[in-house]
Amino acid sequence: MTNFVIFPLLIPLLTAITLLILKNKIGVQKVISVLSFIVNIGLSAYLVQLVFDNGIQTHEVGSWVPPFGIVLVADMLSALLVLATNIISLCCVLYAFRSIGEEREKFYFYAAVQFLITGVIGAFLTGDIFNLFVFFEVFLMASYVLIVLGGTKIQLRESLKYILVNIISSALFVIAVGYLYAVTGTLNMADLSVRVSEAGQPGILTGIGMMFFVVFGLKAALFPMFFWLPGSYSAPPTAVLALFGALLTKVGVYSIFRVFTLIFYHEPQFTHEIIGWVALLTIVIGSIGAIAYWDVNKIIIYNIIIAVGVIVYGVTLSTPEGLAGSIYYLIHDMVIKGALFLLAGAIIVITGTSKIKDMGGLIKNHPQLGWMFFIATVSLAGIPPLSGFIGKFLLVQSGLESESYTFVAVLLVSSLLVLYSAMKIFMNCFWRAPKLTAREEKGSTKGLLYPSAILLAISIFLGVGAEFVYPYISMAAETLMDPSVYIQSVLKE
Amino acid sequence: MKPNDLILQTVTKVVAFIIAIFAVYLFFAGHYTPGGGFVGGLMASAALVLLLLSFDIKTVQEVIPVNFRTIIAIGLLIAVVPGLFSFFFGVPFLTHTFGYFNLPIIGKTALATVTLFEVGVFLVVVGFTMTVIQTIGESE
Repeated sequence: MTNFVIFPLLIPLLTAITLLILKNKIGVQKVISVLSFIVNIGLSAYLVQLVFDNGIQTHEVGSWVPPFGIVLVADMLSALLVLATNIISLCCVLYAFRSIGEEREKFYFYAAVQFLITGVIGAFLTGDIFNLFVFFEVFLMASYVLIVLGGTKIQLRESLKYILVNIISSALFVIAVGYLYAVTGTLNMADLSVRVSEAGQPGILTGIGMMFFVVFGLKAALFPMFFWLPGSYSAPPTAVLALFGALLTKVGVYSIFRVFTLIFYHEPQFTHEIIGWVALLTIVIGSIGAIAYWDVNKIIIYNIIIAVGVIVYGVTLSTPEGLAGSIYYLIHDMVIKGALFLLAGAIIVITGTSKIKDMGGLIKNHPQLGWMFFIATVSLAGIPPLSGFIGKFLLVQSGLESESYTFVAVLLVSSLLVLYSAMKIFMNCFWRAPKLTAREEKGSTKGLLYPSAILLAISIFLGVGAEFVYPYISMAAETLMDPSVYIQSVLKE
Repeated sequence: MKPNDLILQTVTKVVAFIIAIFAVYLFFAGHYTPGGGFVGGLMASAALVLLLLSFDIKTVQEVIPVNFRTIIAIGLLIAVVPGLFSFFFGVPFLTHTFGYFNLPIIGKTALATVTLFEVGVFLVVVGFTMTVIQTIGESE
């Protein structure tokens, strides 16, 4: 049934509308949002299996045949990302139940989360470049609401920067789409791919491609365009921060993947060279930030930047293994960043501060939290049985095969620095002499740990069950390697 | 001293209706001529804004006792739910259809389901505009 692709998109949208109506019934809102996430996880898992068995699924909205209408396309990459998005946002919402507070809940918090998820899932599923812009705006609008909701001073200041940067990048996005439409005369991604390859990607199209790179680089926080992220992400409360850190930059990364494997892949010696260097510099800058700070949230925020650099470099590796490693790392990173932010949030709840130097000895009263943080840390760095390993291993392997030794060196050194920065949190917060006794703690972790336990379990499954997961990932990579598969399933030629 | 706004209020009472009717005209004209849900909704909220200008927020709230945030939600529902009905006919989401009907007074008329979507747009635009204006107006 071709209608299936749209359900993961419709369910959060309908939930969001329902939550708008039930403004004051917070209990009902919680039940409805959890139920909708569970249903949506089931549906998107089924979608993954459907794509695995039957190839790319499409949905021609309004019965208009592409390239004339908007088409939703679920290939393996989109389907996996939709599934990951749903699982992570379920955990963030579960965390928000205990932590976000009634003030925010009464002002459409859960509805805004559902609109955010609608936008993110729509961006993953769409097969039309202007529709991609619209879904970008949907989740950006919701993220503006979430970043400012609560109205504390730091939130107001940082949301101003965040909105300004994103409005500028959205305007650039529209301009780039305008240029692309003027040159090619179409907006459907599959049709764009056909026309760009017919024209042989002359200079103007390469230029437009680089404009898209700047736009998506601003969303994904790549090297010269990452400046807004550390400040903006330190403003919102933990549940929102985990949602942002796990999902929003990854939509930019996904768009870079989509655009540079499907549309602008004819001049790799120019475009992919630049992407590669930008990605390397992103890793370097992220590593410097991660080891420089003594603040729990700041360290993890700079780890987002490192991971974005690592994943984006995967686009330039022209082997299926390289892309597969990159996709594996993308999914691993979404899960583990969600878990890390939620655990760091629990630490901040206990100690009442995010400064590492004011903490110590938490393992005495909170052994579960401590060991969960330890597992998250080693998984982040890529220690073999856990999920970070396989992605990095594949990346290093194909880096060596394609003789990009600089990348391999940077990647391995950055792994060490990631491990150092996260271990710095672990050793200083959980070991050493306790600074707070059980009585002096500022809050309890009741109900805050199990969402991150779910995410950690998934992360361990991704690592240990790699035999089971890898066929899906390698199928995603193969579809990215060969645009003709995508074009044929959309345009049906 | 309280200013005497008798002229403003009297003119408003007449003009607001004309604007409202023009909004409905724009809304129904949208399928074949310029117009549609967006501009119709803006025009309808212009009528309400004129009421807000010549009377005050409380009076308008009494005359039109609706919560405009609920109007946004209802508008979204009206836009999305007819799209869902397309699944019962085995066609993709948001597939619209139309037909010719012989209505009692007007005669042969083309009715399209896309009008329902436009009703949703209309309500969201009205709800949104009024929510923004009322929220800014009420905040001290």
